[in-house]
Parts: sequence; C-alpha cells; structure tokens
Amino acid sequence: MSTSMMDETLPTNIEKKESKLAKIGQFREIGLLVFIVILVIAVQLRNSSFLTLENISDMATNTAILSILAVGMMLVLVTRGIDLSIGATLALSGMIVAQFVSNHSGTSPIVAILMGIGIGILCGLVIGGLVSYLGVLPIIATLAMMNIFRGLTYMVSNGKWISSYQMPESFVGIATSKLLGVNTLIIIALIVYAFAIYFIGHTRTGRQIYAVGSNPESAKVTGISEKKVFIIVYTLMGGLSGLSGVLWVSKFASAQGDTATGYELSVIAACILGGVSIAGGAGKLSGVILGAFLIGILNNALPLLNVSPFWQKGIEGSIILAAVLLNVMVKRGVERNNLLKRRV
Amino acid sequence: MASKMEETYVHRKLEAHKPFSTKQFFLQWEWLLVLILIGVMVLNTLLSPYFLNVTSLRDATMIFLDKSFIVFPMAFIMIMREIDISVGSTVALSSVVMATAYNVLGMPMEVAVIICLLVGALCGLLNGLLITKFPELSAVIVTLATMILYRGIAYIILEDQASGNFPEWFGFFGWGYIFGVPFILIVFVIIAVVFGLLLHKTSFGRRVFAIGHNDVASKFSGVNVNRTKLIVYTLAGVMAALTAVFLASRMGSTRPNIANGYELDVIAMAALGGISTAGGKGRLIGTVIAIFIIGYLQYGLGLINIPSQTLMIIIGALLLFAVIVPKVKEMRR
Amino acid sequence: MKKLFMLIVTSVLLLGVLAACSQGNSSGDSQKPSKDKEDDSGQKKYAFIFKNTGNPYGEKMMDGFEEAIKELDGEAILRAPDQPTAEAQIQIIEQLITQKVDSITIAGNDPDALQPALTKAMDAGIKVISVDSAVNAKSRITHVNQADPEAIGRVQIEAISEMIGGKGQIAILSATSQATNQNLWIEYMQKELEKDEYKDIELVKVAYGDDLRDKSVSETEALLKTYPKLKGIIAPTTVGIAAAGKVLTDKGLKGKVMLTGLGLPSEMASYIESGVCPWMYLWNPIDVGYAAGYTASALVKGDIEGKVGDKFEAGRTGAKEVVEDGDGTQIMLGEPFKFEKSNIAEWKEVY
Repeated sequence: MSTSMMDETLPTNIEKKESKLAKIGQFREIGLLVFIVILVIAVQLRNSSFLTLENISDMATNTAILSILAVGMMLVLVTRGIDLSIGATLALSGMIVAQFVSNHSGTSPIVAILMGIGIGILCGLVIGGLVSYLGVLPIIATLAMMNIFRGLTYMVSNGKWISSYQMPESFVGIATSKLLGVNTLIIIALIVYAFAIYFIGHTRTGRQIYAVGSNPESAKVTGISEKKVFIIVYTLMGGLSGLSGVLWVSKFASAQGDTATGYELSVIAACILGGVSIAGGAGKLSGVILGAFLIGILNNALPLLNVSPFWQKGIEGSIILAAVLLNVMVKRGVERNNLLKRRV
Repeated sequence: MASKMEETYVHRKLEAHKPFSTKQFFLQWEWLLVLILIGVMVLNTLLSPYFLNVTSLRDATMIFLDKSFIVFPMAFIMIMREIDISVGSTVALSSVVMATAYNVLGMPMEVAVIICLLVGALCGLLNGLLITKFPELSAVIVTLATMILYRGIAYIILEDQASGNFPEWFGFFGWGYIFGVPFILIVFVIIAVVFGLLLHKTSFGRRVFAIGHNDVASKFSGVNVNRTKLIVYTLAGVMAALTAVFLASRMGSTRPNIANGYELDVIAMAALGGISTAGGKGRLIGTVIAIFIIGYLQYGLGLINIPSQTLMIIIGALLLFAVIVPKVKEMRR
Repeated sequence: MKKLFMLIVTSVLLLGVLAACSQGNSSGDSQKPSKDKEDDSGQKKYAFIFKNTGNPYGEKMMDGFEEAIKELDGEAILRAPDQPTAEAQIQIIEQLITQKVDSITIAGNDPDALQPALTKAMDAGIKVISVDSAVNAKSRITHVNQADPEAIGRVQIEAISEMIGGKGQIAILSATSQATNQNLWIEYMQKELEKDEYKDIELVKVAYGDDLRDKSVSETEALLKTYPKLKGIIAPTTVGIAAAGKVLTDKGLKGKVMLTGLGLPSEMASYIESGVCPWMYLWNPIDVGYAAGYTASALVKGDIEGKVGDKFEAGRTGAKEVVEDGDGTQIMLGEPFKFEKSNIAEWKEVY
C-alpha cells in the first residue's frame, strides 16, 4: 500500500492533481455562493429588513469571531486533525483576561488582546506537543484538553464571574468601537484573513501544511517536518482561540465559566460547509469564510423569519445537509466535465 | 528510503500486520487498563467508606451503563476509520418518537419500544446511506449535519413538552433486578458478548478490520465495503435507540433535549479502551474495561463529592495518560 | 520483566495523580467545609444539587445554603453537574443516596425526569425538597419558591407598562423554550396583559435566547429589526437581560426601547446606572438558598412534615409557613426585590 502511494506522488502527478484540485475548489465555492444567494433572496422576500445596512453590519459583527476561529480550524483540518478544545480555550483565555483587566483597569486593550493570544498559544502548544511529539490522535488529545481547559476555567473563576461594570470602558470598547465606520471586530477578522492569505499562499510553512495534509508520507520524504507543522497548526489555532476569548468577553461584556460551550461544533460546521475536507489536504480560505457566513446568516435569519423556536434546529440541520450535498453534486458535475474534456 | 519511512511513519501499521507482535501489544494494553481499573477501585475504597460493598458497586452500574451500549458499534465505526457524532441526537429522537407513539398515538408500550428501535435503525441507516452514497463526504460532516437534524426533528415533535406516564413495567428496564442483578447489567453483558463475537470471530468482523486497514484494498479483494458500513451504522442507531429505552425508563419520561453530549462520552470510552481512530485496531474487551474505569471513577469520586470541574480535569488527564503511555513505550523501544 | 516494571511504575504514577487531585481538593476547596470531620460524628448531612456548575446565580444560592447549614451545625454537600441535564443530576442523586445523606435539596433541570430517582431517595428515608426550579409534586416533600410566580409575572408587566407609558409593542426574551420557570412566568405575564388597563400594550413575540450569549444577542437584534416600533423588552432570565442590555447600549437605543426583567445586579449594574434598564427585579439567591437550608433542617429534625399549615423559623429570613401549591406544597419567600439606580451600587458587590 505504501509503495503505491509513493508512485502516486511523483512530481508530475502532483502538478496534475493540483491543477485539477484548484479548478474543483473554485467551482465548489461557486456552488456554496449560489446556495447563499438563493437563501438570502428567500429570506429577504419574507423579511425586508434583512438586507439593510444595519443588519448586514450586525451579521458581520456576530460572525467575526466564528470566522476567525474557522480560519484556524481550517488549517487544523487540512493536516487531517481536529480541535475540539477551542471553546474551552476561548473560555479560559477570556476568563483570565477579564479577571486581569477588572483588577488593573488601566490595561490597554492591545495588552489585553496580546495576553489572550498568549494564553491561547500556551494552550495550543500543549495540544501541539501532544499531537506531534507524543503522537496522540488529535480527536483524543483535544477531547481530553477540552475537559482540562474547561475544568481550569471553573477553577480559575472559583465560581465567580466578571460583569460589565467591572470591566474598563476601553476593554469593552474593543468590540464596540468603530474604525472608519466599520466595527473593530470585523477589522480584526479582516486582519486575520489577510494574515492567513499571506501565510498559506506565500510562506514555506504555509505550503508545508498543505503538503503534510494531502500526503503525509511524501511530505516526509521531501524533508518536511511533520512535527513542526503540527505544532505550528495547533499553536495558531490556540492563539486564534485566545484572541477570540478576549473578543468574546469584550463583545458580551461578561465572562463566565460556561462561556462558548459547544462552540467548536459551529466552527467545524462552518469549515466543512466551506469545503474543507476532514480527510486533509484540501481547504480554501474563501470557502471557509463563505461557510462561516452561511452559519452567520442562519443565526441571523432564523429569528428574523419568525420561525417557531422548535423548528429552528430542524431547519438548520436540513440546510447544512442540503448545502453539503449540493456541494458534492456540483463537484461531481465538474469532475465529469473535466473528464469529458480530457477525452476530446 | 522507503524502508526507512516505513519503519518510522508506518511503524504502527506494520506492527498490526505481524500477528505475534499485535497480540503482545494488545495484551499489554488490556493489562494496563485492568491495572488502572484496580487502581480506581482501590483509590475509591480508600477515599469513601460507602464505595466497597455489593449494593453500591451493583447499583453504580445502573447509572453508567446506559450509554455503554453505543460504545460497541462506535468501536466498529472507529476501527473502520470513521466516526458517528449523531448518536446522542438519535437517542433523543428515538425516545421522543417512542413516547409519542405511546401517549399520542395510543399504541401499546411494547409496540412503542419496537418503534423506538426501528427509528434508531432508520437514523443509523440514513447516516450509512449518506456516507456510502457520498464517499467524498467524511463521516464527521454527515453525522454533524444529522446530529442537528435528528435533534431538530425531536424538537418539532415534542416542542417544550415532556412525555412520560409510561406503564409500570417499563420502569423495569432502568430500575429492575433479576435475581439481584441489575437488568441493565445483564443486557450489557449479552450485548458485549454478541459484539465481541461479531468483531473477533466472524467474517463480518474481519471485514470491519480489513476496511480499517485499507478500504480500497479490501474493496478490490471482494469485501462489500458499502454494505459493511451500512450495517455498522445501522447497528449504531439501534444501540442508540436501546440507550433511549433504558434512559427513558430511568427518567420515567423523555424530552427533546436528553442525551446531549453523549457522543463525546462514548468516543472517550472507546478511545480509552484502545480503539484507535487511525483505524484498523482495537479489541472489544478493552472498551468493556474502559467503560467500567470511567463509570466507577465518576461514581467513586462522586461519593466523596468532588466538584464536577475537578472531575472533568481528572477524566481528561486519565484519557491522555492512557493514550500517552503506550506511545512512550513505543518510542523507547 | 522490563515491561512489567513499566506497568507498575505507570499505575503507581496514575494513582499518585488521582490521589493528588482528590487530596488537594478536599483540603483546599471551600465547597466541602466539614470534610475533615469524621463521617459518623452524628452531624446531619444536607446535600444541595444545583442545575450546573459555574452558574453565578447557583453559586450564590449554594453560598446561602451552606451558610444556613453551618448555623445549624450540619454538613453541607454542594453538588452541580457540569452540564445542565437531568441525566447528570440523576447520577448525583444516586451517589448521595449511597452516602446516606439526610436530605437532598435540588434545583431540577427537569420537573418530571427526576421522579424515579428522587422517589428512590425518599424511600431510603431522605428528605427531598426542591428549590428555585420545582420538580413535580410526587418527587418532593415540599418546594421552596423564591417568589410567587403570579407576582413575578405581574410586576414585570406593571414595570414595562409604566416605562412605556401604557402603550405600544413589547416583546419577551426568554431562556430556552423548555425552561419551566420562565414558561410559567410568561404564562402569568400573558394573563396579566389581558387586563383592561393594558389593552394598548401588544405582546408581539416571545423569543428564546437559550441562555446563550450569542443567541440572545441575535434574537434581540432580530426583535429590534422585525418590530421597528418596539418599545419594550422583558427578559425574565439573567443571561437574556444582560445580552439585551448590551445590544440596546451598543445600538444607542437608551430611552427608545425600554428593558426590564429578572437579572443579576452585578451583571446589570452598568445598564441600570446608564438608564438602559430603568429598573428590574430578582430575589436574593443567597436568601433562597438559606431558607432552603432551614427548610431541609426542619424536615430532617421532624419539626415539620411538609404539610399545609406547618410553621417554622428560618433563621434571619424569619417565620415561614407551608402553603398549598397545586398537588403539592410549597414555602413562599415573598415578593421579588426591585433593583434601581438608588440601590444598585450596594447590591452589585453582593451578587
């Protein structure tokens, strides 16, 4: 089995495979985009306040944190991993930072953000170490660390919580202030995307992540350190979770032990909607951002549509399933076309 | 070059091909689990005067065995390198349909229980169909979507209501004894034996392992991969429905929000039991021991009223510990 | 031989870790104050089970319960599952039965699903009472009710009516669609709204934020957009009212859309001080836990049997009487307390 895999990864084959993958990738996003456009039109017909500037801005603000996490999760999924601990990391970093700023009201928001990122990076390093140096499977390592980080959050908080009056204005302002008329959360998210585009497309390490994901054995042969890639990916994910922790606490002006429980599933859903393959190797940033937006639209539109609360979950599940299946259909269609072209 | 790579990267896979070393490896693994279990029992006995007596040990099994039924088919699924995270929602949906069949449609409870199992089978079958018909989609995607969908349907059926008032005899599932042995323990033993034989003594079980090792190769060597997957996912649905029966009996009623997060508990038990999510490996006896380790650990530490947040940390640490130890040993060799 | 050695070393290590965890905990954790005392010192054991861990409101209630039990020289066992589910509470009940506690006080995650487990506890001679969120009459001896649900519904409608001048559209932002407490209060609110004096007030929607921050924010934003003429929001849940307060503040809707409901003073302090929420209500969870502790003790000591007309002294909260409640009985603690600008500063430090 291993020898056949080796044959497949001869340089010429790689080229062919990549160009095909790129095409499919583009078409896959179009499928998702069409789905989103149809959904948006349908919602707009039922409630005209959906496509107002205010609502779009609200939607973008509410989706910013989700999309930041989705960028990190994409890289994790690309390396055939998964990270279930992000909700707990987010809560831990949010809680510690909130406690710190409530005791040191002069803290600059930048320091608070850096602190959150630092805590997240520490959490991510632990997971990265477990996955790379001890070879623990990502799902198990992150499941275990999810328990541990969540438990630590409760311990750190000691049953107390941080309320808005304990937080300095400047800290709460991280999520409410505007820069050039755009909410800071959206700007932070845009910075994260820009960084990700550069990192994935224009750095050695970024390409290595994809190489490890699409074919670990050949990546190894070509001298890429799998361990290094794993550490980097989980540390990045941790850092982004830590950042999101600060943003979350600032946005909702409240830090509690049970912050963002189960949020990891929304993030993973956004990624797979965006066409990231859990089998590794494939995943485009534009797709993931679209996926995050689809989840954001669902969260925003279902309340606007006056859907009975009991139907919301059912509708959400059906739409996710439909979007995923539609993607596959489109992809199959594209593949068939490609094959036909080749024969001619 | 290739041989070097095989030695390091595919080390574990290769190991599994050699029957002798595989056996030894697993022997060690299960011994470790047994030792941990003994450790847990000793620790609990030292910490709480209420732990070590027949009633206590017996009744504890009634608390933690409900979700254990799902661990076995989950082990099959994980051996095939897949996963099913919709099982918790399947529990909720099948129990809600059962309660509705009995209370609203006026069916006899026996029929309602059968319907419950059928609904579970249907949920599992749908998962299996989606996964086999759309091989591009990984099992995580499919079951994540159906996880939301199944629970959504449960909400649509029961809304904010609870449904209960089951007949007296139905309480026997969760609370009854046969000759002083909890009924759920008897069922558990039977199911464990059936699944154990299925996995280790039948050609079906060998197919499951073959798919886990290399599904493409097994397809070419005549294994009907899709049918095997369909059967395993359906089994997972049926076991989730069985859990629903026991859970509903234990609670005397059901609601759309029951069994939330069961999937992660189940996956943790299977992983602790030595089922590797990298596929192709695992023995069912390990999962049985793991179920008892986690169950008695939670129960025993509950007896000395450890706060649940500490318990979370301990369970997390135990899970890590159990997966790291063999790795460290592997590395030292 | 080497392998055997490894096994022994690892298992000893594991034992050490576990022992360290539990030891460190029992000595250093405030949750178990009397653990160092001997188990059979004749002290009565009073257990309290809240809905889930890390819930501020519940932590305060447990503080009050512990305070009462200390005054009564008993041992307080405070438990809460990590997830707010009935299944997890059943596990804890079983563990408490095995420990032979004398009473269990529970804030139920489900009114019916705990019945078999609590019945088993009562059959074992354990006095079971519910507090905050009632369990059904068959699974408890009595219920300690924080405030009359009719009064809770009524005062909130009175408040919103006064705030919006008795005229206009209002909406309710609740917890989950399954929350029994909230559903009961909303029922009473709707009943209150039928009165003639509120004929100009229109309840346009009951939204559910599931007690999640992000969902509560989305739901509040949706309310504001779908009903541009909305004048008031009632949020009878601590998470919901804080989320709504945040949205109204961020959108600069202070004075345009009024907010009231049930909230924690500390969480709501900034919004009450700024005037986004002119005033709101809650009872003191510390007192609720405290009274529950005295009720449990009175039952265990045999001072009362939980029948209608039983009377007892509940420490600093004064004399209490058992009254009727549907099929069962309950102890009523009084009217909900009003938090406004003048008193919020002193209360925000408390809880």
